[in-house]
Amino acid sequence: MSQVELINISKSYDKQKDVLDGINLTIEEGEFFVLVGPSGSGKSTLLRMIAGLEDITGGFLKIGGHTVNHLPPKDRNLSMVFQNYALYPHLTVEQNILFGLKARKVDKQEQQKRLKDAAEMLGLTDLLKRKPRELSGGQRQRVALGRSVVSHAPLCLMDEPLSNLDAKLRANMRVEIRRLQKRLGLTMIYVTHDQVEAMTMGDRIMVLNDGKIQQVGKPITLYNEPENLFVATFIGSPKMNLADAAFSEDGRFLIIENNIKIAVDSALFTNIPRNRKLKIGIRAEHLFPGMTKKENIHNVEVVNVEQLGNETMIAFEVGSELWTAKWTGQWNIQYSQRIPIQILPEYLLFFDAESGKLIQSAQEGKRQEVVSV
Amino acid sequence: MSMTSPIIETNESYLKKVEKVHKQNRIKSLLKGLLFLLPSIILFGVFVFYPLFRTIYLSFFLTDAKGATTVFVGWEHYVNMFTDPIFLKSIKNTFLFVIYTVPVTVIISLFLAVIANEKLKGIGFFRTIFSSTMGVSVAAASVFWLYLFNPTMGLLNEFLQMFELDPIGWLTDPKWALISVAVTTIWMNVGFTFLILLGGLQSIDSSLYESADIEGSSYFYKLRRITIPLLSPTLFFVITVSIINSFQTFGQIDILTQGGPANETNLIVYSIYREAFVNYQFGSASAQAVVLFIIILIMTAIQFKVGERRVHYQ
Repeated sequence: MSQVELINISKSYDKQKDVLDGINLTIEEGEFFVLVGPSGSGKSTLLRMIAGLEDITGGFLKIGGHTVNHLPPKDRNLSMVFQNYALYPHLTVEQNILFGLKARKVDKQEQQKRLKDAAEMLGLTDLLKRKPRELSGGQRQRVALGRSVVSHAPLCLMDEPLSNLDAKLRANMRVEIRRLQKRLGLTMIYVTHDQVEAMTMGDRIMVLNDGKIQQVGKPITLYNEPENLFVATFIGSPKMNLADAAFSEDGRFLIIENNIKIAVDSALFTNIPRNRKLKIGIRAEHLFPGMTKKENIHNVEVVNVEQLGNETMIAFEVGSELWTAKWTGQWNIQYSQRIPIQILPEYLLFFDAESGKLIQSAQEGKRQEVVSV
Repeated sequence: MSMTSPIIETNESYLKKVEKVHKQNRIKSLLKGLLFLLPSIILFGVFVFYPLFRTIYLSFFLTDAKGATTVFVGWEHYVNMFTDPIFLKSIKNTFLFVIYTVPVTVIISLFLAVIANEKLKGIGFFRTIFSSTMGVSVAAASVFWLYLFNPTMGLLNEFLQMFELDPIGWLTDPKWALISVAVTTIWMNVGFTFLILLGGLQSIDSSLYESADIEGSSYFYKLRRITIPLLSPTLFFVITVSIINSFQTFGQIDILTQGGPANETNLIVYSIYREAFVNYQFGSASAQAVVLFIIILIMTAIQFKVGERRVHYQ
């Protein structure tokens, strides 16, 4: 049993403002759970509290059904990978990996067996006699994983393990960590500030900001139905396009940034309050090229074009906001050119401008995105 | 063929030009480097290198009371020195003194540094206290210990009397004098050593300890496998400096014992001082100074050789 339960967990330093507040969460056994948030959101603190490296100010932490608030880190039966890998510079790879097993006085033969398994699994067999300073970043990362693997702890915590690697290696390691987790059946709690990592690796994601849970859910759910503006802008790259919006006085148009008028389709707009200030959001890939289409076409002036090879990013201004459209394929568009863009109301997300809460997610988006196989 | 030769020529002359420019650049950067080194070269030259060579020069001469050379005697001072029982005793005592002071200083300082490295409330107060002896001058510390060692009204003997033990002549008994001076020296050196070791401890990445905690290491396992190895460069530095300091002890001897009783605390630097400024034998004093220099040089060289294998630089 390695289910982790957080019941009303809070953390404050010196009885000051809460760094974390009212965290309620259940992480299932064998789940890859990602904590994501900007720096200073409290995600690392939460992880360190689960590890036992930080005291829990309030609430209960249960691992495998037992309350472990009072237990020191070594008795919580978990392993942890640190951002800087925490390798001992004076010990060889082998000694680094076996450090914990020697501390726990595990049987010598068992030590060697686990070392061999871990080294083979992670491709470290030829590096066992080297010191950490003779390894590349990716290899050090593997050694840190190896230390975690040999511990045979069912729960593994990772604190931004990939942030010191270059982009290419990071993509490789994402896959490797994911495979390792599935293969060993680990319960993983993974902290990152990188939403791409969160989206690509997590079975479920928790978005944290200012010490409060913003949303917990599957990556696709977070992408399609962000519960508030923070999640909407944090998840997804490029970030969701947002703008102020209001209904015209006769209620026949939705006016975006006093600029773009969209005809109200009553079927789509029934649940939207008419008398509130709204924010609307639309994903970059839902701003379609409007060259051959007729309805809901708006001409905009291009302020930047990025060619990504298989797709083209087009930035333009809508009132005070800078929006990005993502068109598949290669488009020959110049700076300051005026182009037609199609904004369909069924792709719009509606948020309350004051509370930032989601009122209605895109009607079309959901149907199209998730294709079951 | 005739077409290619001029090209080769220009190539060669170009390479020569490049070589010349390179050479000029090297000379320029050498001069710049020397310019930056100039202040320390001058200071070292005036206060270290010139006196060093002057001392070696003097050690081959007899001198008058003002220190001017009179008669060239060659190696005579050196030969006499190693047959002089007082000098031999001072060498023996110096080594004993190093053995008494260095290990104890380092062990006490290490212990204090390890406990002062804990994150506790008010730890700053203890850190200040532990390092405070660094701010006490040799003279003040010696006078202070002189009172503690006082045979009749000193605190140490009063303690002994409380337990109905015989009073000890701390500075007058030949058995105790060197130990007493060593105790004073240890007390004085602990502050500096403590501070350096604490600095070394604080530069060890805390995530190493956290990781070890999660992996189930005990306190002493961490101390043995993480703290000591990663502190080894600092320990090495501290030991080297302590040994050199101990070899050069002078102030506390002059104030506490003046080398007595029966030359028991006549350490080599004090012996040099007496030879030069009490007996006005600048020549033989210089010879002793040269011997001290060579001893320290050899000791330090040995330490570096041994240290290379034992010290883990990150």
